[in-house]
Amino acid sequence: MSRKLLYEHINVPGIETFEVYRQKGGYRAVEKALSSMSPEDVLEEVKASGLRGRGGAGFPTGMKWSFLAKPEGVPRHLVCNADESEPGTFKDRHLMTFIPHLLIEGMIISSFALGAKDSYIYVRGEMMPQIRILEKAIAEAKEAGFLGENILGKGYDLEIHVSPGAGAYICGEETALLESLEGKRGNPRIKPPFPAVSGLYNRPTVVNNVETISATVPIINDGGEEYAKVGEGRSTGTKLISACGNLKKPGVYEIEMGLSVEEFIYSDEYCGGIARGKQLKAVVAGGSSVPILPANLITTTANGEKRLMTYESLAEGGFETGTMLGSGGFIAFDEDQCIVRNTLNFARFYAHESCGQCSPCREGTFWLDKVLYDIEYGKGSQSDIDLLVNIAHNIEGNTICPLGDAAAWPVASAVRHFREEFEWHISHPEEAQTRNFGVGPYADPLVSTVTE
Amino acid sequence: MLKVTENQEVNFSEEMLAQFGEIVSHYPEGREKSALLPIMHLVQKEYGWMSVNAMDKIAEYLNLQSIEVYEVATFYTMFHLSPKGKYVLDICRTGPCCLVGAEKIMEHIEKTLGVKEGEVTEDGLFSWRGVECIAACGFGPVLQIGPEYTFYENLTVEKVDQLIAELRKKEQEK
Repeated sequence: MSRKLLYEHINVPGIETFEVYRQKGGYRAVEKALSSMSPEDVLEEVKASGLRGRGGAGFPTGMKWSFLAKPEGVPRHLVCNADESEPGTFKDRHLMTFIPHLLIEGMIISSFALGAKDSYIYVRGEMMPQIRILEKAIAEAKEAGFLGENILGKGYDLEIHVSPGAGAYICGEETALLESLEGKRGNPRIKPPFPAVSGLYNRPTVVNNVETISATVPIINDGGEEYAKVGEGRSTGTKLISACGNLKKPGVYEIEMGLSVEEFIYSDEYCGGIARGKQLKAVVAGGSSVPILPANLITTTANGEKRLMTYESLAEGGFETGTMLGSGGFIAFDEDQCIVRNTLNFARFYAHESCGQCSPCREGTFWLDKVLYDIEYGKGSQSDIDLLVNIAHNIEGNTICPLGDAAAWPVASAVRHFREEFEWHISHPEEAQTRNFGVGPYADPLVSTVTE
Repeated sequence: MLKVTENQEVNFSEEMLAQFGEIVSHYPEGREKSALLPIMHLVQKEYGWMSVNAMDKIAEYLNLQSIEVYEVATFYTMFHLSPKGKYVLDICRTGPCCLVGAEKIMEHIEKTLGVKEGEVTEDGLFSWRGVECIAACGFGPVLQIGPEYTFYENLTVEKVDQLIAELRKKEQEK
């Protein structure tokens, strides 16, 4: 059994209430921080923990906090990014539903460290039930004296507000989120200036993911060094993984970083293997925007090493033979799934979610969608495959925000690893309508799958 | 795209105005525009969709130009720009849900309700549409129904039939 730092009490009945959460040691970290630590002390602990952003980018949280500008007389803000919408990712919704006080406690500690007096949780609009859960949790915490004026008599004031989005994937990008929170369309801002200097209402702002903020609770309780002992190398601590697709036991799992991918997929403690006794064909390991890998490359790297659930190990091999941990949205595909169809689905998603500001993304995502649609429905030609690679290449790196990259990578990686399947689709337009390509050589560890 | 084909009379009740005031108080002075999205959600909950009148009234309340509300309404997919059924079934159509059968669920809903995506059933009760990932991928296929946005997970054809029948029954009993 691996250690649980966030979800130790997740199965305790009533843990969503203040009373039970408190009985299980909740809000101890707030008491500790406010009575015996300075904001700088909290920052030092977070730095020592090696915690990295859990929303997808994996940027060191302590470093992000230390960039926050602190001009005299200007309010600063902490904004929690709860706009979880990366396909394959559902850990934040899970955390907010079942243990909302963990997030509230983390918000108080983090706001204290940053000197924020008004903090916001931006929750995607579809999560109305979770918005109500958080509002209730905030009211309970306030009632108990952990929020409001002069918290615990220590002279620190804090209000937390919940603010809804309204159905736009792009608002998960931090500057688009800030635009949305200001009541505008979610168009990402040009950086610099970074939010740490000019963020919400042009004030210094830190934007952190739900899980990142929640992780400050065990860090303050046990100390940053203790937290850093969990995990592997620069991937410290635990990570919530949202496992979905064709798995026997999909769901949210808290893992110690460094767990092997194979154990995560096949052991009964986690996903329990592939559903209905099928064979694994491919995995998207970190949410829809990271490169897809065939089965043989997800469990072992191209060098034949065991692949681990860490930022570094999943990225081993770069974009040729590796992928990314991303947001921890782990999507498994069994032998019956069609890679072309899934790539079309993701391309359609990004075309739908492009905000339209940058032409490479606005035009390119629709073009990818159209070309993939033709291939899937039997109207493609072999030259379309290289066209896809070309379009993806021309979007990548040429946009204000990473949505362009996120749209390009799944397509480029699908062609890189599953080119045969695309070719078969095009050369057998009628057969491809009636049956799928199948598992192909992708599960065989002896076959190289890089066709470039 | 904002197309005006229908409109409606909109007058915010005292109770709604009180709720608006509470929302505005969450944001700093001079930053009332931040209250726009939450207020639009409340208005849509009350009136079912975002008519031009509703948007103009919101603009008036927040001291904004109407265009500032229109541009937001057309950007975010949760705001309906034409009248919808009382119950809008938002079915996730993104990758992970499709791996576990979301497309069949959508086909079944289309057949059962007898209307195309975005249209309203004759009795005015139902609309349906495919939406992008709603962050419940491990429990797919999923759908949710506004204005409360309750999630219905691990859908099967039978569960969908049961859900629609229950909603119909609830309406008949009123």
